[in-house]
Amino acid sequence: MRKVYSKIEAISGNVITVTASGVRYSELAVVSSRHGDSLAEVIRLSEDQVALQVFTGGRGISTGDEVRFVGHPMQISFSDNLLGRIFDGSGRPRDNGPPLEENMIEIGTPSVNPSMRIIPRNMIRTNIPMIDLFNTLVESQKLPIFSVSGEPYNPLLARIAMQAEVDMIILGGIGLKYDDYLFFRDTLEEGGAMSRTIFFVHTASDPVVESLLVPDVSLAVAERFALKGKKVLVLLTDMTNFADSLKEIAITMEQVPSNRGYPGDLYSQLAARYEKAVDFEGAGSITTLAATTMPGDDVTHPVPDNTGYITEGQYYLRGGRIEPFGSLSRLKQLVNDKTRPDHRAVMDGMIKLYAAYKESLEKKSMGFRMADWDNKLLKYGEMFEDQMMDLSVNIALEEALDRGWSILAECFDAAETGLRTELLKQYWPHKEETA
Amino acid sequence: MTKGKVIGVNGNMISVRVDGEVALNEVGYVVLGDKKLKSEVIRIQGDRAEMQVFEMTGGTGINDEVEFSGELLAVSLGPGLLGKVYDGLQNPLPELAERLGFFLDRGVYLEALESEQRWRFTPKVNKGDKVRQGDTLGTVPEGIFDHRVMVPFNFLGEYTVDWVIDEGDYTVHEKVATVTDAKGGKHEVTMAFEWPVKRPIKVYSERLRPEEQMVTKVRLIDTFIPVALGGTYCIPGPFGAGKTVLQQITSRNAEVDIVIIAACGERAGEVVETLREFPELNDPRTGRTLMERTVIICNTSSMPVAAREASVYTAVTIAEYYRQMGLKVLLLADSTSRWAQAMREMSGRLEEIPGEEAFPAYLESVIAAFYERAGRVRLHDGSIGSVTIGGTVSPAGGNFEEPVTQATLKVVGAFHGLSRERSDARKYPAIDPLESWSKYEGAVEPNATEYARGIVFRGDEIDQMMKVVGEEGTSLEDYLVYLKGQFMDSVYLQQNAFDEVDRAVSVERQQHVFRVMMQILVSRFSVESKEEARHYFNELRQKFLDYNGAEWMSDDFKSLETELEQMISERDAGADERGEKLLKSLTTEHSHA
Ligand SMILES: Nc1ncnc2c1ncn2[C@@H]1O[C@H](COP(=O)(O)OP(=O)(O)O)[C@@H](O)[C@H]1O
Ligand SMILES: [Mg+2]
Repeated sequence: MRKVYSKIEAISGNVITVTASGVRYSELAVVSSRHGDSLAEVIRLSEDQVALQVFTGGRGISTGDEVRFVGHPMQISFSDNLLGRIFDGSGRPRDNGPPLEENMIEIGTPSVNPSMRIIPRNMIRTNIPMIDLFNTLVESQKLPIFSVSGEPYNPLLARIAMQAEVDMIILGGIGLKYDDYLFFRDTLEEGGAMSRTIFFVHTASDPVVESLLVPDVSLAVAERFALKGKKVLVLLTDMTNFADSLKEIAITMEQVPSNRGYPGDLYSQLAARYEKAVDFEGAGSITTLAATTMPGDDVTHPVPDNTGYITEGQYYLRGGRIEPFGSLSRLKQLVNDKTRPDHRAVMDGMIKLYAAYKESLEKKSMGFRMADWDNKLLKYGEMFEDQMMDLSVNIALEEALDRGWSILAECFDAAETGLRTELLKQYWPHKEETA
Repeated sequence: MTKGKVIGVNGNMISVRVDGEVALNEVGYVVLGDKKLKSEVIRIQGDRAEMQVFEMTGGTGINDEVEFSGELLAVSLGPGLLGKVYDGLQNPLPELAERLGFFLDRGVYLEALESEQRWRFTPKVNKGDKVRQGDTLGTVPEGIFDHRVMVPFNFLGEYTVDWVIDEGDYTVHEKVATVTDAKGGKHEVTMAFEWPVKRPIKVYSERLRPEEQMVTKVRLIDTFIPVALGGTYCIPGPFGAGKTVLQQITSRNAEVDIVIIAACGERAGEVVETLREFPELNDPRTGRTLMERTVIICNTSSMPVAAREASVYTAVTIAEYYRQMGLKVLLLADSTSRWAQAMREMSGRLEEIPGEEAFPAYLESVIAAFYERAGRVRLHDGSIGSVTIGGTVSPAGGNFEEPVTQATLKVVGAFHGLSRERSDARKYPAIDPLESWSKYEGAVEPNATEYARGIVFRGDEIDQMMKVVGEEGTSLEDYLVYLKGQFMDSVYLQQNAFDEVDRAVSVERQQHVFRVMMQILVSRFSVESKEEARHYFNELRQKFLDYNGAEWMSDDFKSLETELEQMISERDAGADERGEKLLKSLTTEHSHA
């Protein structure tokens, strides 16, 4: 048994300091207080002074509480027994199942050798036209959903979880509202998807620091399943809460903030998690979707800003819809030439016309005269929003493409669409069909 | 050798009590069981040294042993660098993968140059010849280049060749010559030697002005905001604006001998595209694959931060090494902001007094010193080599008023600013044609490019006005300027990176096409109404885009040009005096070479 230290020298925020020897950086400790046991991680060593972040927070910890170092960094049990289970950020069961202790693995594994990566090649279908048709999700991609709080990003994630063509889902909840947690659980249960899902959930009422573990735990487990050949979809919600926890610790440790209180390594911290998305040649893959709420709807806020630099595009959720502008899947061109010959043309053509619609709308609001062309665009814009953008639209890519053509045919003459002649010949609906 | 004991661990920085002499930037290893973690001394106070560890520090503890190497952080220079993919510390990544599989386990360091490979060495000196640092002792063929085997750059003073090996096949570690210094000391020379990355290689007779253009084959750049061989330029822009794509295009098409790509702290996936595609792509100038002229230094965002800081120096040192062979080298760094952030992280751990946005106070001077390593030089043998540096900048919030962008703008010779507005409108390359600037000379008469830029500027103003007063409130004359601005934007400033022909446009073609476009820009067209004008310009545009897509000087190209000229002359109502003069100046074959 390792030595127990019973004198805590300092308690500041969620960080405690003890005098101890033989301790290793990143090692885990158990802090026992009146309120129960908490895990803590070594975050700084200076001679015999050891600083630890306490995952249940510093509140209620007394200088006389016991600190026991466990001799290894944070670990999590890994086996198929995880499937269908719900855990908290530290890996303790949140459901009524037994705790899991076999085959413990370390979290925060080294990064993948870039020369072992492959060029992404498989589309992941979601049956959401604004994704499948306009900003295709690609296996091994990492994408945030940028959204103002109040937008239905969790229902969107739940729907993607239910419909995406993947082998399993890992949901990492970070500061998740309890209702939202129940919503996820019930939706997946009712949809019969629970048996291929693992939850690591930190709720808004849990100690803030514990949320820091959620991405690493989720991704470490995902990585192991991927190495065993599974196509894993990791959903993280909400990464802004994760960044805020980093900020809190940084401030306690008196680090100089770089931008609005966030630490200078925010980019590296986020990148270490997002870059776990990967396609292992000859095995499985990790694809990551992460809700990122934008404080004050400001995309230049440090969290969405740093995220945008790291991820491979983003989905903007605004007014309950995925915005065609601003949203970008940087990997879409790797797959959308292999779906259907008209995919790229419909994608570009419809977006260009939608942009023109926005201009006409603006002109109209300023009281300018509406030309014939403007009126056509106005009709088109409304149809596009109702029949494509609305999140309740739930159709396969091919059906969405067909629908695109019929919307175009209903609003315009073929020549007005700017689409290439060969495509028009092949796909332009005949009058009697659209009537 | 000096040893030490760990007395503190703070992220990737350790504090060490040392028992002897240490140097700033000296390499040391933290001993962790059977692993040794590479580190660099970044501050010394008495017997206490602070070191940045190039690995994750989990598991290190107080009193762990540290072994110092006596050597500064250095790279190996010699034949075999071309085509390699290294991490920031010159570890070959494919070889690491062979050994370790998918993951980059820490503490494994491999030789940068293959020790088994034999190179055909041809001696270029004889016994008794006098030589000094950087002089060529012999050459080996490396791809299409004659790789110079040189007197190591740290050999100071004059030496006499004692012995040089006969022509034959040798490895980089075999002795190929012995030289004697002025005091009679003998020194052995192999094909490879080490050079500390943070010290510029200055083995040349003189630095020259960067007055020769570096052709990128991007019209907007070469015509309006050119880059010079041996010059520097930066590409700041918000995320998704096209910084990386622009650098990828340049790494393929730039008219240089060698390209060093420093993927510094950005996505690994982007490097993979280069990694997988370059070995398949032919360099039209040489007929060999692009990989054979490329070195990739890859320290992406999830790889250790301290090695990210080192990676740009590793890259520029390799660039300087090939410059010593009289070659034109281009270094592309994506992104210098991540490098600056790595400095910021370490500065924070050292508890230095922070400057703006917590960047260290020395940020500006470090950025300046880095770009200062670019340059065009005359070597001792009279040949000329150059290192050109282009760096992307990723400003927080896309706002250029931030320390890294500002510090960079102070030192570079050209600024290619990407705009969110243009990238949102899918106008690629999304370089802002009005904000961007260059101090270098390009291939087209500057008076003419000024004129053309003026049209874009006025056209933009008129466009803004029209948003308020409507088309009805705009004069036909103004409307024509607006149309010309739009026209030039879509047929000249924008360029289709995915079109077989349009993606790389030679300077010759740029000069030629620019003149055709100028005819349109200077002309006072005779049109009756805006409707008619818009219609006419739509047709012009369509024709011009087809023209852009036609193979240079093909029959198609020529007939499209004739059609264009016809369309212009049908409506042409002459130009004003200034326009007339500019057109003339363009016909008298203008070119810098
Ligand atoms: N020249 C271009 N032509 C076509 N598409 C481009 C071009 N430049 C950028 N893009 C599009 O924009 C996306 C983001 O570009 P990227 O270079 O990765 O941005 P950044 O490096 O500035 O974040 C690309 O994936 C591509 O879809
Ligand atoms: Mg980029």
